Amino acid sequence: MNETVAIPAGKPSEPGRGEREAVERNIVRTHSGKIKIKGRNRSQTAITALCLVLLGITAVAFATFDTGSIDFGQAVLDTLHNIRTVFLEPELVRDTVGGVLYQLLVTFCLGILSTIIGAVLAFFCSLLCARNIAHPACVNAVKSVVAVVRAVPTVLWVLIFAVSAGLGSVAAVVGLTFHSFAYLTKAYAESIEEMDPGVIEALRANGASYWQIVCQAIVPTTITSMIAWTFMRFEINFANAVAMGAAAGAGGIGFNLFMAGSFYFDLHEMGMLTYIVVIAVVLLEMLSTKIKAKVR
Amino acid sequence: MQITKQTKANLDIFQRRKITYTLVFLVLIAVFAGASLVSEFNLLDGVASFPAAMQWIISNLIPDAEAIERIPKILSELMETALVSVAVTVVAAVLAFFFSLLGSNITRVNRVVKRVVRIVAAFFRNVPDVVWAMLLMFSFGQNILTGFFALFFTTFGLLTRAFIETIDEVSSGCVEALDATGANFLQKVFQGILPSSMPGVITWVLYMIETNIRSSTLIGILTATGIGYLFDLYYKRLDFASASLVVLSIVVLVLVIETVSNKVRKVIL
Repeated sequence: MNETVAIPAGKPSEPGRGEREAVERNIVRTHSGKIKIKGRNRSQTAITALCLVLLGITAVAFATFDTGSIDFGQAVLDTLHNIRTVFLEPELVRDTVGGVLYQLLVTFCLGILSTIIGAVLAFFCSLLCARNIAHPACVNAVKSVVAVVRAVPTVLWVLIFAVSAGLGSVAAVVGLTFHSFAYLTKAYAESIEEMDPGVIEALRANGASYWQIVCQAIVPTTITSMIAWTFMRFEINFANAVAMGAAAGAGGIGFNLFMAGSFYFDLHEMGMLTYIVVIAVVLLEMLSTKIKAKVR
Repeated sequence: MQITKQTKANLDIFQRRKITYTLVFLVLIAVFAGASLVSEFNLLDGVASFPAAMQWIISNLIPDAEAIERIPKILSELMETALVSVAVTVVAAVLAFFFSLLGSNITRVNRVVKRVVRIVAAFFRNVPDVVWAMLLMFSFGQNILTGFFALFFTTFGLLTRAFIETIDEVSSGCVEALDATGANFLQKVFQGILPSSMPGVITWVLYMIETNIRSSTLIGILTATGIGYLFDLYYKRLDFASASLVVLSIVVLVLVIETVSNKVRKVIL
């Protein structure tokens, strides 16, 4: 933040000599005698440094990109042409509207399943890794495991489970669950940690058991933020389920997209499917905003 | 008299809670069963696949000699993925910042432009990156730029929305103050909005870099570029030791970035 020099406000009449000197001492001047109006502090230095580092990395990235022998101008023109085909001339040829909507429902269900399983597991796991109710050693252990689980991309979880369960909805749901579980554990634990410590203390003083504290204090006070996080995750899971259909053959509308785009090379079909997905996502977003506003 | 009344009221709260919990539980089970039916998911199969997958992970976690030979190749692809993710996020962030100025309530030019900006951002955000990847595949082919632009579009949409919210949240006071001093648009942006929203902007940028590394794996699998392609290649050749080494390297990269961004966030917030 900019740090402006504090000049005592109020009556300008006759400040005492000592007072004036105190004000003078607080004013930082540049070499030419101008008053410095911007202070440097740690946060600002950090921001500047970080920006420079990021810009540096970007410059290195662009310098080292091996773009091969691609005709950039031609590729951009082709892209624009394809974008026009996809978004302005959508039509369904291979699938029926009903069939596509059913696939959309399948994707939706994959999202719901992974969100529910992930949320239930995350709830119990977050009880183990919230600093205010769990043992510190337990907190650190669980948090590290969760961080590793979260670091593995969803698609890799799906493919790992596809080895044992085969490609399909089981691998998709379990794979999607892993990432949402880790994400929600972190989010839930943070909401539990934000709780007023007095509530838990009061129940403990009354001799309430662990599960009484969980059910009567933790759940009622954190439920709103947990619901908000869960819905946010559901939106992400829906988008991920579309992607898993395309990248890992997990079924649903994502698979139709993949077939249209990479198998039949049918841009018109891809456009229609994209519109259906986009409309579904926007509707979900509106619903989630409504629910979040309601529970708050 | 009063005590019994209170106790009764309290009992009601507990009873009501119990009923609510039970109802929510039942509804969740019903939804779960319905969704399982539609998507042909079987919870038992899911649970059953768990031990086998864990066993797979553990048995392939330690790289064999062949996998160790591939480390330089994996690291160079990992480096490229990291560079792409940062470059995409930085370029998208700079553009999204100026774009979000037009969409913010505080600095908007007029209502129509604001609406248009928000719709464009929503469009870029909600079209799946898979679609962008396949679309760009046609024109750019198996090229690093395919992944770059596919990530760019979604990042741009997401950051525009995030920045609009950040600007709206943080800057109203200082913009009003600058308005009162007669500052022009650029002065307001560079002296008021940029400094005050910078911590929020940086937090979002760091988050997006992390997300983009994970998404670039997915896009890599689809467009045959970068670390995702490498994983896919080893995976389909059933060379699982090398494939799990790729996973491991991604995990390490993401964890490093997460640690760095947590440290940075602690300093700037």
